[in-house]
Amino acid sequence: MPLLQVKNLEVSFALRNGSVKALQDINFSVERGDRIGIVGESGAGKSVLGFSILNLISRPGSITNGEVLFEGRNLANLPAEELRNIRGNRISMIFQDPMMTLNPVLTIGTQMIECLKAHRQITDENARKIAIQKLQQVYIPSPETRLDQYPHELSGGMRQRIVIAISLLMDPEIIIADEPTTALDVTIQAEIMELILELCERNDVALIMITHDLGVISQITKQLFVMYAGRIIEQGPTKEIINDAQHPYTQGLINALPQMTVRGERLQQIRGSMPSLNDSLTGCAFNPRCDHAEDICTETLPSYTASGGCKVACHLVEKMKNQEVLS
Amino acid sequence: MSKHSTPNINGKGNNHVYTLQERFFRSHFWHSLKVDLVAQICFLVFILYVFMAIFAPLIAPFDPYDPVSIDIMNSELPPSWSEGGESDFWLGTDNQGRDLWSTILYGTRVSLMIGIGAVLLQAFIGICVGLIAGYKGGRLDSLLMRIADVQLSFSTLMVAIIVLAVFQASFGTELYQELAMVMLILVIGIAEWPQYARTVRASVLAEKEKEYVDAARVIGLSNTRIMFRHILPNTLSPILVISTVQVANAIISEAALSFLGLGMPISEPSLGSLISSGFEYIFSGAWWITMIPGAVLVILVLVMNLLGDWLRDVLNPKLYKD
Repeated sequence: MPLLQVKNLEVSFALRNGSVKALQDINFSVERGDRIGIVGESGAGKSVLGFSILNLISRPGSITNGEVLFEGRNLANLPAEELRNIRGNRISMIFQDPMMTLNPVLTIGTQMIECLKAHRQITDENARKIAIQKLQQVYIPSPETRLDQYPHELSGGMRQRIVIAISLLMDPEIIIADEPTTALDVTIQAEIMELILELCERNDVALIMITHDLGVISQITKQLFVMYAGRIIEQGPTKEIINDAQHPYTQGLINALPQMTVRGERLQQIRGSMPSLNDSLTGCAFNPRCDHAEDICTETLPSYTASGGCKVACHLVEKMKNQEVLS
Repeated sequence: MSKHSTPNINGKGNNHVYTLQERFFRSHFWHSLKVDLVAQICFLVFILYVFMAIFAPLIAPFDPYDPVSIDIMNSELPPSWSEGGESDFWLGTDNQGRDLWSTILYGTRVSLMIGIGAVLLQAFIGICVGLIAGYKGGRLDSLLMRIADVQLSFSTLMVAIIVLAVFQASFGTELYQELAMVMLILVIGIAEWPQYARTVRASVLAEKEKEYVDAARVIGLSNTRIMFRHILPNTLSPILVISTVQVANAIISEAALSFLGLGMPISEPSLGSLISSGFEYIFSGAWWITMIPGAVLVILVLVMNLLGDWLRDVLNPKLYKD
């Protein structure tokens, strides 16, 4: 049995004029020590997916269908008490902006000790020891001093390290990182990424990395999910997808990356923008922006086609492949 | 340490942990107090009042609660500096022959106790209701806030007059006089909680959208813990500001009720009941029984309001003046 299995997950937001599906037909599983990347443009449903794994979608949103099985237990309908035991303890999460995720009026130590005490019977002294040890793991200099400091006394990179240390406190099995480096500058980004990678490898933690940065994800993850308008449209080994993307959307994403080796050419872009979830689109959600779109694309929803190690939700995969071979 | 160690850019300052005392003297609070003369004076006066209230039994030359020390022959003596005054009674005596200075000291004590007690009660109810309403939202929020609106639509004085009059009528004046202070605290406390509830709810609505609340939920903390431990401390500045103003308001309410004869009994007078007891004599020339406690009350309320204004400016970073 996989550590975490998401089956047919559907998340809807009840709005005044009917409900809107933010996630549909999400299926994947995570094994211990896996490293999974989730990419997609803003509004594709990446963060909603991250939150729904922990069943933390707040109103008006809710999980309307499907299961999130963690060690066989369905988190989507677990009582609040048991859910709390899993959050932060077995599955933890790192957020985008370390300036915002630490409570400004509590010291680092208070916030760390509180987390430990929420999950175990432990004395303040022992909790402090564990906190110091975790801060050392994320290479915070003089951790004893840091414990008594407030978040505003520390730099952004340092705060993100502390957030990571908090997420490691209970030795979780899975860490969900929701754009953990977006708010940091590039040099710190690299450091933090390396740190997360190292910690996951050392502790055999599964990592679910949510980002829109293909560069970051290609270095770190083994599996890659590409999301578009609330669905996973392509999934497979990261290397395969980066080197040979099958879905026109993924191809567009990769072509839009600046290449160091080519000079003087304009970057390609995907025209248009993602449809609003309110629009009732039939067929493939990408069809209005797709260069290859045919009649079938506007009519029926594509199902997954296996292509190499990947699964692609596109009607035209076979066709495009044949064309490639012919030309 | 490995290549991961971040250089300590802030230098020495970052490694030095300040003691509580150092933190205080380096704080924005202390700095703003140092540059604001009005705030300093208000602070001093307020501390003086608190000091007077706490040490009233030590400072007061007579015990106004002790009937033995009162001589009716000494009644309505003017202050010692005016004609006919006696040096024993610095501020003169009231209509029962009590030393006015001692009575004012004790009265300040009563007024402050009622003011602070009522505000503590208001704050307790209001903060709990505001936190729950703001955090839980939805129907519960609407329900609690409508209750607050209903409560607000009755004026404090009206509620207090009805409750106190009914209590007095049904349980007798004697029991009422014994319980007067508790009753006043309860009535003023309950009548004014919506002020806190609304303020707290508004701040909670802003705070709960912040990511640290999500982070706390992700850690697996309970809702109660998130509300009281994480959100409440972040809403403290408006709470502190309205507290100062509310203490002043409660003191005024108590004085008004006492003036109407529904407050503290004359045997245990607050500033309000002193003013009231002297009011009948003001036309016979005994101005001091009303005017001096009146001045004491006005200064106390003024000082608290000024402090509240100053505190609001200090605690609101958007209002930095210079």
